[in-house]
Amino acid sequence: MVHREKVAAGRLRMDTGTLTPIVAAAVLAIYAALRMRWDWLGDYYPLLVRGLGMTVLLVVVTSSLGMLLAIPIGLVQVVGPKWLALPARAFCTVIRGTPLLLQLWLLYYGLGSLFPQFPWIRESGLWPILRQAWPYALLGLTLSYAAYEGEVFRGAFKGVPKGQLDAARAYGMSGFLTFRRIWLPQAFRRAMPTLAGETILQLKATPLVATITVVDVYSVAAQVRQQTYLTYEPLLLICAIYIVLAVVITRVFTRLSGKSRDNTAFRKT
Amino acid sequence: MEMLHAEGIRKSFGHLEVLRDVSLTANKGDVISLIGGSGSGKSTFLRCLNCLEHPTGGEIRVDGEAIAFRPDGNGNMEPASKAQMRRIRSRLAMVFQSFNLWSHMTLIENVIEAPIHVLGVERRQAVDEGLRLLERVGLYDKRDVYPAFLSGGQQQRGAIARALAVQPVAMLFDEPTSALDPELVGEVLKVIRELAEEGRTMILVTHEMSFAREVSSQVLFLHGGRVEEAGAPAEVFGNPTSQRLARFLGNLN
Repeated sequence: MVHREKVAAGRLRMDTGTLTPIVAAAVLAIYAALRMRWDWLGDYYPLLVRGLGMTVLLVVVTSSLGMLLAIPIGLVQVVGPKWLALPARAFCTVIRGTPLLLQLWLLYYGLGSLFPQFPWIRESGLWPILRQAWPYALLGLTLSYAAYEGEVFRGAFKGVPKGQLDAARAYGMSGFLTFRRIWLPQAFRRAMPTLAGETILQLKATPLVATITVVDVYSVAAQVRQQTYLTYEPLLLICAIYIVLAVVITRVFTRLSGKSRDNTAFRKT
Repeated sequence: MEMLHAEGIRKSFGHLEVLRDVSLTANKGDVISLIGGSGSGKSTFLRCLNCLEHPTGGEIRVDGEAIAFRPDGNGNMEPASKAQMRRIRSRLAMVFQSFNLWSHMTLIENVIEAPIHVLGVERRQAVDEGLRLLERVGLYDKRDVYPAFLSGGQQQRGAIARALAVQPVAMLFDEPTSALDPELVGEVLKVIRELAEEGRTMILVTHEMSFAREVSSQVLFLHGGRVEEAGAPAEVFGNPTSQRLARFLGNLN
């Protein structure tokens, strides 16, 4: 009985804690449904889905590619050699020190406008791809993610206690085996909480690609606004979409680190 | 039968000479304890035996096989063949002061890691053997627990199981009880004593003098990077000839 009362009390406490935002969201949703105009959804539905697809694709692909780049970028800054560590360090400093918006513009308007001046590029099989906007968005977002996460991985690699690697060496593991079995998994677990947050930041950086004519979900909302003179309806809708995507990203990372949740070892040793 | 032999080991860190000339021969079943004050070089010597530290000079032979060295560019020697070094290391199990169980693996995963990935043992066989070893050190119930959830004594016993899993030629213990709370020291020493009694070849760096006296076949007292005194435990502890050893033992009592 006592136990049941405690559970009930706990549930009650949680309820009052989460009640306010839920009520606020409900009020907003009811207001939005009754007093705002949503008839445009029928017309713009296919475009919205396409834009959403582009946004999701950009986040997934650039985060994955960025992470693949970030691991070596972080690693060489810890183990060397120096001629790789210095460029890696410079890359992180430059990319992190300049606005992503400018990087996208430099890639698209700068690099993108250089290419057509070379006939052999225009005649190459790559040209149909290079003349579109999305490759530059993909490249810009990937480099950005790689630079920020390279820094995260540098710290994560450095943070793995030396004794862990000593033990691997002492049991006859090669450098690569130590990296694969001990160093990388432990660095990954250290980086995971930060990576979840950084990937949400990556999601929220994607609207910048609208400025280089890539049709993402934000650019569709802007288009709706221009063509229907409705300001808040499309913006509220994509806010809701971004929130849902952010929750999905959080879930994915929680699941990825699920196995290591029992493992708080690095706090202790 | 000679299992581990080190001759004239020297080690310098820059201008600091930590080991000047240390030699040791461990025959099968020998338990050799290295004692000495802090900074005497005993842990460095142990870490030179499996080349976790690159020695500056000397020879090392494990199970009859001499480690081939070449200059490492920092004034020390590094193993000339990485493959040979890995093979030799995999048979010289080390137990660390701070346990160093791999924190992202459960206890059984720690124990089977080297057998599977270094020695190429089949997984099932490694697990069977690993569980047997965990049972032996009294940790069968904890097989699926991560190191962070174990006491220091349990972690160290787990680390000993990990060491036994590679069927070592000789075991190297680097102050295995120094990081433990006093009430946990006994359970670890008990396991090490059992290993000594079953005839394992062991090199033991320790501050537990009464334990060293009890289990060792030979005791080396290191001072200033040299073996100051060596012999059977009864002689070394009961009748120290060097003043430094007498003072060292006197300070401890």
